[in-house]
Amino acid sequence: MKYYDKLIFELSAEGRTGYSIPKNRFPAAGPLPEALRREEAPLLPQVSEIDVVRHYTNLSQMNFGVDTGFYPLGSCTMKYNPKINEEIANLPAFAGIHPLQPEKTVQGVLEVYYEMERMLAEITGMKAFTFNPCAGAHGELTGLMVMRSYHLSRGDGKRTKVIVPDSAHGTNPASAAVCGLEVVVVKSKENGRIDVNDLKPLLDDTVAGIMMTNPNTLGLFETEIREIAALVHAAGGLLYYDGANMNPLMGVVRPGDMGFDIMHLNLHKTFSTPHGGGGPGSGPVGVAAYLEPYLPLPKVVRNDDGTFSVLQDGNLSAGKVSGFMGNFGVILRAYTYLLMLGKENLRKVGELSVLGANYVKESLKDLYKLPIEGVCKHEFVFDGLFNDGAHDDVHGATTLDVAKRLLDFGFHAPTIYFPLLFHQALMIEPTETESKETLDAFIAVMREIAREAAEDPAILQDAPHNAPVRRPDETTAARNPILKFTDSKPCE
Amino acid sequence: MGQFAYFPHTPEDIRAMLEKVSLRSLEDLYGDVPEEFVRKEEYDLPEALSEEEVRARFAELSARNVPMKVFVGAGAYDHYAPSVIPYLLSRSEFLTAYTPYQCEISQGTLRYIFEYQSMICSLTGMDVSNASMYDGPTAAAEAMMMAMASTRKKTRVLLSGALLPGVIKVVSTYAKFHGVEIGMVPAMGGQTCINCLKAELSKGDVAGVIVPSVNRYGIVEDHTGFADAVHAEKALLIEYCDPSALAVVKTPAEWGADIAVGDGQPLGIPLTYGGPYVGFMAVRKEHLRKMPGRIVGQTVDRDGKRAFVLTLQAREQHIRREKATSNICSNQSLMALYVTVYLSLMGADGLKKVNEISASGAKYLHDRLLATGKFEEAFPGKPFLKEFALRPLVPVDRLQEKLLEAGYFAGLQIEEGILTFCVTERRTKEEVDGLVSIIGEV
Amino acid sequence: MSKIMEGLLYSESHEWVKVEDGLAVIGVSDFAQKEMGEITYVDMPEVDDEIGKGETFGALESVKAASDLYSPVSGVVVEVNEELQDAPEKVNEDAFENWIIKVRMNDEGELADLMDAAAYKAMIGE
Repeated sequence: MKYYDKLIFELSAEGRTGYSIPKNRFPAAGPLPEALRREEAPLLPQVSEIDVVRHYTNLSQMNFGVDTGFYPLGSCTMKYNPKINEEIANLPAFAGIHPLQPEKTVQGVLEVYYEMERMLAEITGMKAFTFNPCAGAHGELTGLMVMRSYHLSRGDGKRTKVIVPDSAHGTNPASAAVCGLEVVVVKSKENGRIDVNDLKPLLDDTVAGIMMTNPNTLGLFETEIREIAALVHAAGGLLYYDGANMNPLMGVVRPGDMGFDIMHLNLHKTFSTPHGGGGPGSGPVGVAAYLEPYLPLPKVVRNDDGTFSVLQDGNLSAGKVSGFMGNFGVILRAYTYLLMLGKENLRKVGELSVLGANYVKESLKDLYKLPIEGVCKHEFVFDGLFNDGAHDDVHGATTLDVAKRLLDFGFHAPTIYFPLLFHQALMIEPTETESKETLDAFIAVMREIAREAAEDPAILQDAPHNAPVRRPDETTAARNPILKFTDSKPCE
Repeated sequence: MGQFAYFPHTPEDIRAMLEKVSLRSLEDLYGDVPEEFVRKEEYDLPEALSEEEVRARFAELSARNVPMKVFVGAGAYDHYAPSVIPYLLSRSEFLTAYTPYQCEISQGTLRYIFEYQSMICSLTGMDVSNASMYDGPTAAAEAMMMAMASTRKKTRVLLSGALLPGVIKVVSTYAKFHGVEIGMVPAMGGQTCINCLKAELSKGDVAGVIVPSVNRYGIVEDHTGFADAVHAEKALLIEYCDPSALAVVKTPAEWGADIAVGDGQPLGIPLTYGGPYVGFMAVRKEHLRKMPGRIVGQTVDRDGKRAFVLTLQAREQHIRREKATSNICSNQSLMALYVTVYLSLMGADGLKKVNEISASGAKYLHDRLLATGKFEEAFPGKPFLKEFALRPLVPVDRLQEKLLEAGYFAGLQIEEGILTFCVTERRTKEEVDGLVSIIGEV
Repeated sequence: MSKIMEGLLYSESHEWVKVEDGLAVIGVSDFAQKEMGEITYVDMPEVDDEIGKGETFGALESVKAASDLYSPVSGVVVEVNEELQDAPEKVNEDAFENWIIKVRMNDEGELADLMDAAAYKAMIGE
């Protein structure tokens, strides 16, 4: 990757334009009253079309995507994003539709929502889905709103606590807090699973529910899920399933069958839609039958005559959580993926993702610390190198150093320093779309890096060596924030 | 079963990998899962389709959508999208990247977010912008929570009744669960009523007030005196804006607002039945540390090169967990790139022209519709740009049915007895005249 | 090994208190600043804010962490150390010199619950 140091503003010259719009064919409307007009025109670039195309093409070349190379970012399920998805999402028959158009003019759109809901319900064992949440965290919040609405509708207002494992994604406790719930942490056992004995005393009539992901963020299946579900249900609480880790269960295990009442899915992880450098995602929320009336609205329903309508009102509904019905463009992509995948390939998604993770784990655990032995699911966590630099061994390399060195070899780094249970966490998720050759190449590089760490850790500590920039100073960035162009200067 | 295009494993690969992990079969990978949870039944799903079959399926679905000439806005506007944008957005280095956690190989994403933040600041006049939110209504809800976090121990947030209905509904949903009491400030004569605002403020306990810059009737609101009244109660003024209109109307900063939010969709993002769009939020410097969402900052790397990183992350959920300002993680990054490329191409001049043409078309339609005698003015003399409101003098059902038959989506009933119309630069004079003549027949 | 200042009182959450002119001057210990690493921001309350004993009155932030500050006493904030707004690194440079807030105490008796230097030293195990 080559370094390119322009900002679009720096290409600007008075008098250049990059647009093409029609002449005004109407009588000129005349200006707004002066009191309502802005004083100065906004500072925006004045650039020609080719300036824009070259600039953003150059920027793109400083980026790494799934199409560039292997992206084993744990918890993010960076699988291949099929190109037919993009073709379909850009069809003009969908792109030009206004969200408030009358139902009879959007039957094709509504059918996609309906069919998608049916397929996701079958895959997860849930009864109904809302597609209105725009991302995973938005789904979590929506799911918790459904949970609270259920309790409140039964006059059970004192249920204001939600139990979250210490290994949970940071969004879980944050979503609970946004939803007005108090977070209670349940500890993990030595084997990385929820400690049922720690859970029991937490369960009383103030608990709204528990948020879990299974497999958990260590990639380990919560083997005591049956007991946990029974205990939580007996205490009147609900089980929430964080679908960030759904990939290994595809075609094999359904959250609904394990006793979960509410869940979200990340279409931008499990269902192959591209992550777009941080979104748009889509976080549909599924619920068991008894919770369907609490789902947010609007929602698509099928009429007896086979046509589709949009349900706008319901007394029990949690409310409205986004402007329209979520990121329809993302839902189209995920629907396309499921049509391509079909029932005959569904189980392979789960199996091959688990096989890949175990293969990488077994091939590296002699050089990297594996805190918990045994079969993992789609991902696993190393606690750094055996001779890591986390302690007093000044010559060692840390997990950060390993991550940065990987970039030199053309791989994206795994997720680092998460989960918080370990100090040097290195979380690896290969996904089912990576070949054995790719995994072998990654394993070879990880072994090479371990050798370098032992022989000459400075190589790691100075990495990356051939990226466009090297270890930017984050402390200065946070102490003296420069957050927009007018405060920025190119380097001398 | 044949090989599937997205799985690269040969049978031999699978055999070798299983051997490495000392298991006999793929089923054994789930040996730790309680037997009862491993599904034995076949899934009730369709069989896999080929690409050609998928295309055919979508041709079928597409045919069930009726293309319409769109004369409705109400939060989603049919503006022109330059051809360069989809072309650049389809570059897989942007499209298939994750959040820029590894800054060394994400400078492309980080730089465009920095540019996006700069442009949002330019449009709103505010000091700092975040990297994006889901959409306008959720950005308003986040602003409500931010106001609560910034003004300790207060309990209420006020909403203008002239905000888009969707914004009011989403903010109210968040408020219900977040423990915020919502107070409504009604619109009088088509604009948020300042005396009603003062009356609500005087009841005390107000953390923030959300008002529309251009409101649900398309009227450009006059917010003279709003900031003083709100600040006198130590509350935050939040302006909900159409960013396209901000090229010409008074900015949130000029009105004295603390937070500006809105939806970036009017900046050329296709309608796509409501999403993906992109929410924006920009604030005054003193509120920076309470702002939700990701923020990109500039710094230097080890060799002294200009570099960009995610910064001020100690506000965010992955560090603060339940104490974070917000739970937002993924945002709408690619749509922020959309906005950035759009604004680069259009510039201040192009955006101004978009406003001029749209407003001229809207004024023309407004006057022609009044001339049909089927409407009367809803709010006489109030200034508007691309969207306006009228009171129908003919039955709404009959009017809408007639329009629908002719392929026009126009005259949205925004509230009882009030229809809104919207004209963007994409609507031709022929289309506008066509709309008028159909209405004339009702 | 971190520095511990004799003559100050310490809380379990690593704040120190010095009574000066009847006010409680509050900062964080050298141990706490070392644990945080490079401090990038000190979140502080406003003058006249009321704070309760054990309640959070602010936070220390670094690039990858945030740590709440808990008030060892209850009272009203009479002064905040404005210097830290622009120079949070001063807490790293000298955590005892660079106090964070001054509080007019509601009840000086609350000071009795705090540790002296020796007890604090024992608590952090140094």
